[in-house]
Amino acid sequence: MSAAKTATKRYAMTVDTRQCVGCKACVLACKAENAVPDGFCRQWIVEEIRGEFPKLSAEIRSERCNHCTDAPCVKNCPTGASHVNEGGVVLVTHHKCSGCKACIAACPYDARFVHPEGYVDKCTFCLHRVQKGLQPACVGVCPTGTLTFGDASDPESAVSAQLRERSSKVNHPESGAGPNVHFLV
Amino acid sequence: MATSRREFIQIGGAGLGAAALGSGLTTKWWGLDPDVVHDPGTDGDQVIPTFCELCFWKCGVLAHVKDGRVTKLVGNPEHPLSRGRLCPRGTGGTGLLYDPDRLKKPLLRKSTKRGGQDFEEVSWEKALDFTAEKLLKIKKECGPDKVALFSHGFGGSFFKHLLFAYGSGNVTAPSYGQCRGPREVGFNLTYGASLGSPEVLDIAHSRCLTLIGSHLGENMHNTQVQDFAQMIAKGGELVVVDPRFSTAAGKARYWLPIRPGTDMALLLAWIHVILGEGLYDRDYVEKNAIGLEELRAHVADKTPEWAFTETTIPASTIVETARFIAGARPASLIHPGRHVTWYGDDVQRSRAIAILNALLGSWGRRGGIFVPTQLNVPKYPVPDYAEKPKTTQDAPDGVVYPFAEEVLSHGVCDATVPGRIMTKGCPVKGWIVYGSNLLQALPQRKNVEEAIQKLDLLVAIDVLPAEIVGYADVVLPEATYLERWDDVAPVPWSEPFLAIRQQVVPPMYESKPGWWIAKELANRLDLGQYFPWESGEQMVTDRLKAGGYDVEKLKAKGVVKGAPVPVRTDEGLELAFHTPSKKIELYSKQMADAGLPPLPPWTRHEQPADGQFRLLFGRTPTHTFGRTTNNRFLSEVYSENEVWLNAKAAKEQGLVHGEIVTLLNQDGVRSQPVKLKVTQRIRPDCVFVVHGYGHTNPGLKFAAGRGMDDQTLVTRIAVDPVAGTTGMSVNFVTIEKAPGTTAAAAKAEA
Repeated sequence: MSAAKTATKRYAMTVDTRQCVGCKACVLACKAENAVPDGFCRQWIVEEIRGEFPKLSAEIRSERCNHCTDAPCVKNCPTGASHVNEGGVVLVTHHKCSGCKACIAACPYDARFVHPEGYVDKCTFCLHRVQKGLQPACVGVCPTGTLTFGDASDPESAVSAQLRERSSKVNHPESGAGPNVHFLV
Repeated sequence: MATSRREFIQIGGAGLGAAALGSGLTTKWWGLDPDVVHDPGTDGDQVIPTFCELCFWKCGVLAHVKDGRVTKLVGNPEHPLSRGRLCPRGTGGTGLLYDPDRLKKPLLRKSTKRGGQDFEEVSWEKALDFTAEKLLKIKKECGPDKVALFSHGFGGSFFKHLLFAYGSGNVTAPSYGQCRGPREVGFNLTYGASLGSPEVLDIAHSRCLTLIGSHLGENMHNTQVQDFAQMIAKGGELVVVDPRFSTAAGKARYWLPIRPGTDMALLLAWIHVILGEGLYDRDYVEKNAIGLEELRAHVADKTPEWAFTETTIPASTIVETARFIAGARPASLIHPGRHVTWYGDDVQRSRAIAILNALLGSWGRRGGIFVPTQLNVPKYPVPDYAEKPKTTQDAPDGVVYPFAEEVLSHGVCDATVPGRIMTKGCPVKGWIVYGSNLLQALPQRKNVEEAIQKLDLLVAIDVLPAEIVGYADVVLPEATYLERWDDVAPVPWSEPFLAIRQQVVPPMYESKPGWWIAKELANRLDLGQYFPWESGEQMVTDRLKAGGYDVEKLKAKGVVKGAPVPVRTDEGLELAFHTPSKKIELYSKQMADAGLPPLPPWTRHEQPADGQFRLLFGRTPTHTFGRTTNNRFLSEVYSENEVWLNAKAAKEQGLVHGEIVTLLNQDGVRSQPVKLKVTQRIRPDCVFVVHGYGHTNPGLKFAAGRGMDDQTLVTRIAVDPVAGTTGMSVNFVTIEKAPGTTAAAAKAEA
């Protein structure tokens, strides 16, 4: 990848709601990969059922931190622990975090929690894996191929192709945060 | 929000945060410290391939081991059943390995009555001597066929071999008589082949998939769900017949919320339309099938209008879906299902599904049912069994079902109680139970408990203290699948491959691998010559070497593949049917000769009275019924079952979402307290629960007292006259408030 491309890299994820069965393989693979402590998950499943029996419709979404372009958590972090890392991935540097929860209050997606060790924790897009050329754990495990991760600034990436070819939406667009997890409908 | 964000931070930040916010200097100071991409450090020093046992699909996993501990399990990309991906359970194998409630030492029961939970820890020597002594006594006094093995799971192969060497053919599993048996019989009668597990379905290429009560996506068989999602991605369509708005129904072009117990009417009406409108595959049927005219006459009066009165599905919808299904043929698959023991005419319903698939020409075709291939591994050279293993079905007055292909678990149960089915001769005296929680798996719990109390010997080989373990005389703690070698697995599939299960970490506590337990028992039964191997690993490597396989490569990769073989006609497969006529038997002469209806008849099943609900049960993606409900890792996302009840029905009953209720069945048996889930997603004449909850063995410290056990309420069964399997969706319940009981209180009581 060229230097110019690296500089503008914008990691994003698509979630294909047509394919997702809500099995939570993503939630558990994330827990295992990231040694997420008992009682906490960095991802979750939302099942939205509309209508009344027998006229019903359903949408299932695998959700996580949106790694927002204009992240309210980063803006509201008093210590600089929450920051924007490579490719726009929002991370928390553990030892800088005082556990003040300002970011938790600021997050439009309720994606953060306080780790028992005192710092605030959340999805990292598995940047430690991505930097080794691997997929995030949730993307790798997903039996239905619901999740696609990649560089949205690269028109050749699978994520860009998905966003070009399919209709998509984001959660809480009114937050103005610029979420980077897109739901294909 | 009344408090501004800034104020909140000042409150919540408690000093440090507030100070940092207030001072640019402080912020800058923090900024000098570089940001970190934390690596959670779960990658293993070693990555060892094996295959999963959280269910029975046998997906390839890669186990990461660091400092002697399994840190994570990921899908093996080389393995055809996982393709690098896992279902939620597969990741959760560590929750089994490190379950604090595991059986740690061999146990012997102290009291005379079974079920009292009073065990003493003993040495392996003592436990094995005790077991062997009892087995020898039964063999001497009553004959070897008076011992039965109930087995569920891949590791059971060593105990099957042991039982055959001992002289008994009574090898049985509820996974047959209480699950997929009728389907296998129905397809065997029609095509001369059954579907097996993993099912040989080419769903990835289907243009239309019809599910009859099968809830793919909640039933999480990895490869099948992968194929299902691929089919959807490619624009394949779904027709879902289910009284519940399942996950699959939410993705379907057509959801048919059928009245439970009437699927046969819909199937016959679909056949009526497809034949009547000439929508079937004429060439395929002419060439490959017999009995078309008999079938045509059989369904002449099975009109959509008639079916509406039984199913509540409008006639126009039945016609429209029949045309839609036929329009996609031959890549139009009517899914044969997996758990199909519902109403007692289950073989006949499976026959109707098989017939419908034949009319669509889906057997052997792309997007239909493929004809599997398998690699050969030579058997380990052991002596022939001394005599042909006998089964209770050889007993002079045993009840024999003409087309049962396996020994029936509830049949063995009946043969254990004098006078129940066997009035002459010696009843079954000993049960060896491998990984099968019979008290939650078999219907009519009272009968099961009665049989258990009649036994001379009950041996439980298990990993966790399931209910059946609490009733055992001797408990042999097995190592988990991650701690043992098992036999080689050449799985019948669309591509030939074989995989090995190898030890990832040494057995914890005093648990032992199944191969070792079986061998030690064999030595004590004077059957040592049947277990000549030094270890499971040696047995596997010898077999592989004899087959010319590269053992080191297999150990490194976990899997080896053979050259592709055509498994569908578009790949060059020539269709062949192993029925007596060598054709697809739409009309079954075999059944007619046995005095059974040769074409699937309509039977009207009893429906619940007003205020009663039919009890239906099924799966959730994160669990393999009671086998995983104590798994704390998996329970992070699903930890107790709930009763699904239609919202309108709930209102009529004066019940609200989230309250604690009990279910009372038609025979006065009451369930444990359970949470009510009021939902639009189910018909008003039935309720649904996830199977495998309501554990009562206090040894399952996490699962005991969570949710309810549906099997306790299955006091009534409908025995299938063709296969002897037990239809269990024939129980009706009323719902009562559990006053003053909260879920927590219920748990404390238990």
